[in-house]
Amino acid sequence: MGSFILRRIVLVIPVMLGVSIAAFLMSHLVPGDPVSVMLGERATAEDVARLREELGFNDPLIVQYTRYIGGVVQGDLGRSIRSGQPVLDEILERLPSTAALTLSAVVIAAVVGIFLGVIAAMSGGGWADSLIMGFAMLGISMPTFWSGILLILFFGLYLGWFPIAGQGPMALVLPTVTLAAPASAVLARITRSSILEVVGLEYIQTARSKGLTERLIVVRHVLRNALIPVITIIGLQFGGLMAGSVIVESVFTRPGLGRYTITAIQSRDFPQIQGIVLVVAAIYVLVNLAVDILYAVIDPRIRYGR
Amino acid sequence: MTDYTLSESDNTQVKAGSAITLGQGGARQSSAIRKGWHKLRRRPGALIGACILLIFIAVAILAPVIAPMDPLEISSNRRAAPSAEHWLGTDELGRDVLSRLIYGTRVSLRVGLVAIGIALTFGSVLGVIAGFVGGWIDSLIMRLTDIMLAFPGILLAIAVVAVLGPSLFNVMIAVGIESIPAYVRTARGSTLSIKEMEYVTGARTIGGTPLRIVFRYILPNVAAPLIVLATIGVAGSILSAAGLSYLGLGAQPPTAEWGAMLSSARNFVRDAWWMATFPGIAIMLIVLSLNLFGDGLRDILDPRMRN
Repeated sequence: MGSFILRRIVLVIPVMLGVSIAAFLMSHLVPGDPVSVMLGERATAEDVARLREELGFNDPLIVQYTRYIGGVVQGDLGRSIRSGQPVLDEILERLPSTAALTLSAVVIAAVVGIFLGVIAAMSGGGWADSLIMGFAMLGISMPTFWSGILLILFFGLYLGWFPIAGQGPMALVLPTVTLAAPASAVLARITRSSILEVVGLEYIQTARSKGLTERLIVVRHVLRNALIPVITIIGLQFGGLMAGSVIVESVFTRPGLGRYTITAIQSRDFPQIQGIVLVVAAIYVLVNLAVDILYAVIDPRIRYGR
Repeated sequence: MTDYTLSESDNTQVKAGSAITLGQGGARQSSAIRKGWHKLRRRPGALIGACILLIFIAVAILAPVIAPMDPLEISSNRRAAPSAEHWLGTDELGRDVLSRLIYGTRVSLRVGLVAIGIALTFGSVLGVIAGFVGGWIDSLIMRLTDIMLAFPGILLAIAVVAVLGPSLFNVMIAVGIESIPAYVRTARGSTLSIKEMEYVTGARTIGGTPLRIVFRYILPNVAAPLIVLATIGVAGSILSAAGLSYLGLGAQPPTAEWGAMLSSARNFVRDAWWMATFPGIAIMLIVLSLNLFGDGLRDILDPRMRN
């Protein structure tokens, strides 16, 4: 067990190094002169030369990267060109709002998705199955920036049940539903097909021939195994939801990492953009690491297998 | 995908069932297509999807003929509710929403096709090379893929747009790049299993060159799962691209693009519901049609799912 966890942690290192190189290279891959692009059209030649020196763009790439990664390891993601503030501080300031949205969406998506998937699978081709799978298809096809606006129109403006902007738990409801809907649709589909796969296996037939009730079989034998792949998908969804919160925050004008990202891109503030990319990718990689370890705890086949 | 595309999740299924053999090489391909068509006809969902999709394609081609007005023409009749003159109302600059939707079909289909064209081309070439050649080239390609997969959902596309600058063209490239890993993995997985098939060993023994083996035996058999992935992928990339345009990172004004239309509609949601409602329906319908069609296609092409 310990060796599995260790091996899995070691695997993260090259990926994170690759991510840091990608983030570092972003500002260098900008077409044209990156420094003039960052400063905009009105910058003078002296301004460009000064920022070039400040960002260390005159050194060889390898020197620049070593300096960059050295800073990153110590929690220094550089300073914003626009505000002059340390990028990490700016990100940490906005992270809680985004994290609250992402986490609540993950929980809602998991609960609703698994519940609907189980119902659909158990009704085995009945009307509930068709209805749920139909809704899942709609959920997957609906853009969040549209469903969010519809929720604002109906629950926010017409019924007036929820605030359509601002902070606090009530203001979190509509954005969470918006963000969670497509993810729960995906999870419902995966749960359903995973259950249908397990139900066909021999030990379920054994349980059935022992005379167990259908409900008991599902709870005790089917779900336990069918939900294992679902856990992986939830881990993958987490990253998708964190990235998707950029759009949902924009729809509900929530101050979080999403809006920070958009303004950073619009003002071409590369230290900010690089910082966001690095932090979000790192969180995502770590969450998936945790999911993999959890997976090994639940399913011994992973540990002792290849 | 955005963020939540089918491809992201259903990947596992496509990957798992990757030992797909349509026929032994290209000779029986046409009869497989005919058989596939018969099966498609028995799937109402896939058929409905195909019909909606055909309507969208027709609308895109015939846009100049069927659009009642110029999609960019500004008038003083601002934010007018739907009427006989403007069936779906007008927007904040007095432009006809219906005409903008019709022209927007062209943008969405083009973005989806170009993005997936990029992903399919680069992804399958890299995947087949990785699976067929193996060794350090395989390791290198797969490690690069792992790094790309470390950027969740729409983040990779956002990063690419951040580098290249906001524009519709750059969004196509960004969404294309974001989609590459799925195709690499699928192509590699299929190549690995097909490589071990007896007919490939046979071709090798009679002295077939690697290039001939790839084009004659590997590619035709790798094609099926990739086509399924691409169909659903177009849906996802249309969603992603519209999302980026919604954020102001894609289509710039005054282009008639559905995501950008929703973005400006957000500001007038209180008193012009039609501005926000119809572009969303358009996006949902086109994505839904591709997903339905792709689902049906997978059932037909993936023997594991056949019951």
